[in-house]
Amino acid sequence: MRVSMRINGKQYTREVEPRMLLVQFLREELNLTGTHIGCDTSYCGACTVLLNGRSVKSCTVFAFQADSGEVRTVEGLAQDGQLHPVQQAFSDCHGFQCGYCTPGFLMSTVQLLEEHPHPTESDIRKGIAGNTCRCTGYQNIFKAIRAAAAAGGGADRGH
Amino acid sequence: MYPRAFAYHRAKSYPEAISLLSELGDEAKFLAGGQSLIPLMKLRLSAPRHLVDLNFIPGTSYSRSNGTARFGAMTRHAEIAASAEATRIPILRDCAAGIADPQVRHMGTIGGSIAEADPTGDWAPVLLATGATVKTLGPNGERGIDIADFTLDAYTTALQPAELVIEIEVPLPGERSGGAYIALKRCAPVYASASIAVQLAMHDDHTCQDARVYLGVLGLTATRVTAAEEALHGQEITPRRIQKVRQAVMDIAEPASDMRGSADYKRQAAGALAKLALETAVRRARGERVEMTHLYA
Repeated sequence: MRVSMRINGKQYTREVEPRMLLVQFLREELNLTGTHIGCDTSYCGACTVLLNGRSVKSCTVFAFQADSGEVRTVEGLAQDGQLHPVQQAFSDCHGFQCGYCTPGFLMSTVQLLEEHPHPTESDIRKGIAGNTCRCTGYQNIFKAIRAAAAAGGGADRGH
Repeated sequence: MYPRAFAYHRAKSYPEAISLLSELGDEAKFLAGGQSLIPLMKLRLSAPRHLVDLNFIPGTSYSRSNGTARFGAMTRHAEIAASAEATRIPILRDCAAGIADPQVRHMGTIGGSIAEADPTGDWAPVLLATGATVKTLGPNGERGIDIADFTLDAYTTALQPAELVIEIEVPLPGERSGGAYIALKRCAPVYASASIAVQLAMHDDHTCQDARVYLGVLGLTATRVTAAEEALHGQEITPRRIQKVRQAVMDIAEPASDMRGSADYKRQAAGALAKLALETAVRRARGERVEMTHLYA
């Protein structure tokens, strides 16, 4: 079947099997391998992308569900060689160790700060509750999110 | 992981979806948000040969009130959490804002959730406590089914073949009403260990007129706690009354020991949730704004 969607501002159309998941569409059809597959069972959130402005677990969404939609992945965050404020904050605060879960955390944080530009501690905990990190113990991720909020990471940058 | 290959059918209206499913038969399934069905298909616990996609049918996602609160079957949990109706009926917000995690709440739908009838689902106890009606459409037309008659058993509903949920209708609670729903989870994306829904109508700040108490997760379907309701009817809500409710919930719970905790732990948790939900419901009935949602432990 044919699916067509706008990803990070660029239109893509492909012929795919109906059973292809959005994460496989991004990684295998389009070589957008920034989005990771972790648990592959809707638990860990490594595959988080924004679909029509809302975070989703792309391992649990069929590609056809994004048909005629708008998708934003980690590749769409940096603009003109400049890291997105959320990426910069994760880097500055060492909000990762192995980095495997990081694309998902970045996208959940972008979503969180779009909804809550000045998040409370509870907003942060709820906002990233669908993402799992097995390295950091989360403390530096919290620091990074607070730093990103302070740096105005919630201000949208052209999307 | 890939599910088994299937043929895809995009419905443009509910009647079209119903006739597609009628033609395709037992090997076909409706796809709503997919947050239960897709993991089941990936694990090959479900392997339909056809999917009839409901996601592109216009006008199926809405929250509105006109005498009663009405939610389109394809309304996502996050949309319900943000609706004026959920502000007006806080027990709905407790539930909608706490289901799974943000990503799942953005895709998962209320209609899909109740049609799935997973014993650990969040909506059933809440809709039972609020006396909701499930509107369905099928080959034989439209029906309104009392939620108490809708969920028959684990993963089993009153839906006939090719019949689907189109709307959930929740009566607006009267003055001096309050409710609360609390689920206890180990973390956001997992199934709850226990949950409780309480909806009260009060005579005044202290005396309960009517109560509905439903326990979730710890049975094949949500369990009505009649002894707790009787303990509240016409009674002043004192610490002793609350203790009676807590005991009634613990008595009726039939938890099994599993990876989520021992039977005793879950029974104690259900009692503690009942106390907290009842206290929250009373405060809300008095007009207090109380934030409540799923708890993690």
